[in-house]
Amino acid sequence: MSAPTLDRPAAERPDEAALQRQFDATIAADRRIEPRDWMPEGYRRTLVRQIAQHAHSEIIGMQPEGDWLLAAPSMRRKAILLAKVQDEAGHGLYLYSAAETLGADRADLTDKLIERRQKYSSIFNYPTPTYADVGVIGWLVDGAAICNQVPLCRSSYGPYARAMIRVCKEESFHQRQGYELLMTMMRGTDAQRAMVQDAVDRWWWPSLMMFGPPDDDSPNSAQSMAWGIKRHSNDELRQRFVDMTVPQAAVLGVTLPDQELAPDPETGRYRFGAIDWSEFKQVLAGHGPCNDERIARRRAARDDNAWVTEAATAYARKHES
Amino acid sequence: MGHEETVYEALDSAHGGEGQWAFGTGFDEPLAGVDTTVPDGIDPADLGAYCLMLGDDALVLAQRLTQWVTAAPELEEEVAVANIALDLLGQARLLLARAGSVGVLGRSRDTATASIPDEDALAYFRDADEFRCTGLVAAPNGDFGQTMVRLLAAATTRLAVFARLRDSRDPVLAAIAAKGVAELTYHRDHAARWVLRLGDGTPESHRRAQAGADAVWPLLADAFTATDVEQRLVGAGVAADPAGTREEVVGVLTQVLDRATLRVPAWPADAPPRGRLGLHGAELAVLLAELQGLAREHPAATW
Ligand SMILES: [Fe+2]
Ligand SMILES: [Fe+2]
Repeated sequence: MSAPTLDRPAAERPDEAALQRQFDATIAADRRIEPRDWMPEGYRRTLVRQIAQHAHSEIIGMQPEGDWLLAAPSMRRKAILLAKVQDEAGHGLYLYSAAETLGADRADLTDKLIERRQKYSSIFNYPTPTYADVGVIGWLVDGAAICNQVPLCRSSYGPYARAMIRVCKEESFHQRQGYELLMTMMRGTDAQRAMVQDAVDRWWWPSLMMFGPPDDDSPNSAQSMAWGIKRHSNDELRQRFVDMTVPQAAVLGVTLPDQELAPDPETGRYRFGAIDWSEFKQVLAGHGPCNDERIARRRAARDDNAWVTEAATAYARKHES
Repeated sequence: MGHEETVYEALDSAHGGEGQWAFGTGFDEPLAGVDTTVPDGIDPADLGAYCLMLGDDALVLAQRLTQWVTAAPELEEEVAVANIALDLLGQARLLLARAGSVGVLGRSRDTATASIPDEDALAYFRDADEFRCTGLVAAPNGDFGQTMVRLLAAATTRLAVFARLRDSRDPVLAAIAAKGVAELTYHRDHAARWVLRLGDGTPESHRRAQAGADAVWPLLADAFTATDVEQRLVGAGVAADPAGTREEVVGVLTQVLDRATLRVPAWPADAPPRGRLGLHGAELAVLLAELQGLAREHPAATW
């Protein structure tokens, strides 16, 4: 991977102000910034942080559903779930590659995840006690991820935007598969219907929190919007998700756990109740039900297999010619 | 601008209707639309029993490999291991469906609701003594080195059988084998690449890979002995004789271990079939308890 141009010795560097003007013009024209283009250090850092967090979320996100891989209750469901979890590993790979085009290193980012110096989406710190959780994660969590990520297909950073196009296609597949599982369970036994409603009750509010804090409490958003890294505000994306999901819940025959949820005749959108942000902050701060378990699994995968990675490196060195 | 709008539109059209989406992903009924008539001169009970042997090997090995998902050495390996498990799961689904199509459904079929497919009745509602997998696939994974040695041995023996089954007189089995050969070749080569890297990597990886080979080799004791069912089906032109694969399997495994600078363990003396007759160690019961628990808890459910 070639180092970003800003690492060049000062003498070779064209006038920084001119570069900044060129960068601003590219952003203003809604064109893409590519790895070899000059970019402000803050832009690069913000992107690395955002892409790494996103990559970590894909990888940690394999675990809650992955816990059902061995016990999926039909051969078809097992195949669908295994393919989905494999997709998530693939998403992590594309995203780490996108971060590497900005000079980051995958092993280093993984270390930062394990040492809790970088975050991942809090949603994956909730447990999955029943198989309905697999369906609800597909429907709501992949659904919320789509609302967040579709605008990122137009991110100003080219490699990120291109990775997101591919990721979004697969996420929408996951969402449909999750919904189809729930639909099948709702047509099944009473016990299955109860499982679905219970899972919806547990996941609804955490999935609304996936869009991040409200706009008036989201300090970095304005700069990210100006840079074209972010396209819509947290509250706008959250509203889109609610509007998209409420009719789906009705078709499914489940109740969303919010007394205040109702159509607003003036805006044509849905009004919903207040979110408990103290819970969000608790989970984000590492005190969710499964934070320790999620990180411990990544740590074990790295440490228990370190001898394998070392062997692969040693073999490659011996046999390079 | 345009792109975002079209993605939303695609999602929108997806949640119209009654939640009925066509996936076209190949996840549905394994033998849908396939002519499952049994050719003359083939005993359906034998054919079904043979499909269980091959199907159970694939299902149980898929389950073992899936244990590595979220625990593998590198992300690339997460993807590869999941891929191999998915291939094997696909083979298992076809083979169990074939067994079901000739009326082999296991003695506990009636404990599950009639609406579940044959593949699920067989995978989820048979007890351990009705499973026909070998000890080679049922054994626990061990470390990553042992897992790769076992995968190498299992893929090599299965590939040798599948290559011959492409000429089976049962056209369904022949088609399953033809599809499986390409998959198994990839599995074998993937495992062989790891055995090379580990055997010829660091002193520690060499030691571990050797220990893996030493643990796996005894599991090959019944790999070349045919059951009565297999013998009859060999005579009918349906099955492959495992004895006929010995030279090829020994040749491949020896070559890989040699190149990996590993000592080839002593070949075990041929033993009579065990797993193929339903004789298993406790490790299979543990694996099946996890595989089947939820489905059995809700026998009236469809998923
Ligand atoms: Fe994903
Ligand atoms: Fe997904």
